[in-house]
Amino acid sequence: MLSIKNLNVGIAEKQILKDFNLEIKPGEIHAIMGPNGTGKSTLASTLAGKEDYEVLSGEVTFNGKNLLEMSADERAREGVFLAFQYPVEIPGVSTTNFMKAAVNAKRKHQGLEPMDAKDFLKLMREKMALVEMNKEFTSRSVNEGFSGGEKKRNEIFQMAMLEPTLCLLDETDSGLDIDALRIVANGVNKLRDDKRSFLVITHYQRLLNYIVPDYVHVMYGGKIVKSGGKELALKLEEQGYDWIKEENSELV
Amino acid sequence: MAENDKIIDEVVANDYKYGFTTNIEQEFAAVGLSEDTVRFISAKKEEPEWMLEWRLKAYKAWLKMEQPKWQNVHFPEIDFQSIIYYAAQKKKKVINSLDDVDPEIRNTYDKLGIPIQEQKLLAGVAVDYVMDSESVITTFRESLKEKGIIFCSISEAIRVQPELVKKYLGSVVPQRDNYYAALNSAVFSDGSFVYIPKGVRCPMELSTYFRINAENTGQFERTLIIADEGSYVSYLEGCTAPMRDENQLHAAVVELVTHDNAEIKYSTVQNWYPGDKEGKGGIYNFVTKRGICQGKNSKISWTQVETGSAITWKYPSCILKGDNSIGEFYSVAVTNNYQQADTGTKMIHIGKNTKSRIVSKGISAGKSQNSYRGQVQVHRTADNAYNSSQCDSLLIGDKCGAHTFPYLEIKNSTGKVEHEATTSKIGEDLLFYCNQRGLTNEEAVSMIINGYCKEVFKQLPMEFMVEAQKLLSISLEGSVG
Repeated sequence: MLSIKNLNVGIAEKQILKDFNLEIKPGEIHAIMGPNGTGKSTLASTLAGKEDYEVLSGEVTFNGKNLLEMSADERAREGVFLAFQYPVEIPGVSTTNFMKAAVNAKRKHQGLEPMDAKDFLKLMREKMALVEMNKEFTSRSVNEGFSGGEKKRNEIFQMAMLEPTLCLLDETDSGLDIDALRIVANGVNKLRDDKRSFLVITHYQRLLNYIVPDYVHVMYGGKIVKSGGKELALKLEEQGYDWIKEENSELV
Repeated sequence: MAENDKIIDEVVANDYKYGFTTNIEQEFAAVGLSEDTVRFISAKKEEPEWMLEWRLKAYKAWLKMEQPKWQNVHFPEIDFQSIIYYAAQKKKKVINSLDDVDPEIRNTYDKLGIPIQEQKLLAGVAVDYVMDSESVITTFRESLKEKGIIFCSISEAIRVQPELVKKYLGSVVPQRDNYYAALNSAVFSDGSFVYIPKGVRCPMELSTYFRINAENTGQFERTLIIADEGSYVSYLEGCTAPMRDENQLHAAVVELVTHDNAEIKYSTVQNWYPGDKEGKGGIYNFVTKRGICQGKNSKISWTQVETGSAITWKYPSCILKGDNSIGEFYSVAVTNNYQQADTGTKMIHIGKNTKSRIVSKGISAGKSQNSYRGQVQVHRTADNAYNSSQCDSLLIGDKCGAHTFPYLEIKNSTGKVEHEATTSKIGEDLLFYCNQRGLTNEEAVSMIINGYCKEVFKQLPMEFMVEAQKLLSISLEGSVG
């Protein structure tokens, strides 16, 4: 469903991703780990279509379509969802109104009528339960005055609402205490199915105790230098990244 | 970043959809302004002698006055001798019912989305339709009359209600108040008159729709609203004009008076032609709006959504004379392309325990300049006065400007005055966040701005709130893309 071939990406004249390759099949969970500054967030932002990132060369195919030709909003309506590392506040716009606009934008793209108010509220209630969100959240302005944990829960809630096929989680675990981490991970797990794929970016193995990946990749110097199963994450937790850096010293 | 600039350029580019003209036969006053012009207008209106004298007094005052220059807007000197001061429909007949209105004019209002039909769409809103220099028709008059409410054109009020007009006209904005108010006092042609008698709560929204149609013509309307003891009225004005390359002057005066325990809620959705994308043409909207809370416990609330005009220059104000009276000003001013706005309010606290609240939201896009200018005066007599001001500016793109000029004059130490101001930008991160949820730039900007202005919009009557939200999206179309 997602195929990345020889992707080279730069920002402000500096190349970050170097001949990056990755294949994700429907229903799979891939974790990307690695030290700071190796291009993990660049990968997520590039896939989501942030304009600051310049694609120098390479191909990205998503469900048979050329992802790189689409604008960020088209990609979203096609089913790419990015759970942001730093979710943005939107003053004066309630989460309900924000989601109504987003859900209906996607429905319009699919040739469907806007959802009627009753069905929409029912859907909201259902998905709020997934991340144990209070009703009062939804009438507050998007992310305004939310704690770090509440913002991340709100990201997963939005993901549940929009039912994407590719979910990009950019350090969703950062800044979460253990209870919030459990809630967020449970939410993600409930969204797992055989058609939906996940790309989970994280620094720590901790998250992967809750969201168990099919594959773990280690990024260094703008590319994947090691891939394995979930046991690779445990090894990283134990030994740190030094051995990776030593093995790949020529890359930086 | 270049990408973002392009986006912004696209959303800012917009089209004005009210820019058509109506083909009706009109008669005009001769071009230019002289004592004869004033006499001509007064005669056309079949005004009594006292009214003519009043106008001439204003005209003589105006001759001695100079155009103010302190505002933060720039435009070439206006040649007052090249303006036509009166334009009205030629074939006049007595209008007794809606069927008597010229079909061309009815058509115009249909196109504007405000059909002249009492039973449709605007059910529950009585409307006075003013085109150029005259009132076309006022709807729902009979049902209002039953409650003793007078809602008619000011020309008619001068003839039929001379005592009320004599008592109140110029009582809030005197003839020589300022340059444009003096000009208006001399040549005003029509506008609305409202009187709500003691203890009556006006059962429907009253509304005036102003339309400039004729070329080279200035529109000088005059509105006077009086709320007698314990009464309440909500009033709304809307305005549009055809697209023309030259600038047209609109210099209106609005006066509001509330007696003891009365309340006037005055809402404006201003959408005069703003000029084209290069800044050519558009209306100069130089308006004096002022209300006086004459009686105790009375209240005046101004709400304005300003999206049109090449230049908007106005400060709807409240004189809080009665003890415990309240003044409010809620404003959204949007400027795009080359538009300029210098707008705000004056809250003048004279009575004891008077309160005022100012919420101003300025949104600038394109190459426009948007200024908030507000004055809060607390006089020696105004014990325990309270004011809170909140002025927020939002910038879209990096070629526009936002300015804030607050003035405070506090002469009573028991007063409490709070001022808060913010400036923000619709940043790339916020746009990207919305894009990532599937919203286009236009949808995102429209949603962000409506959220930003929510506090002001919720002051508007329901049906106009929806209208204002749409208008805002249209005005900013193309400012991000």
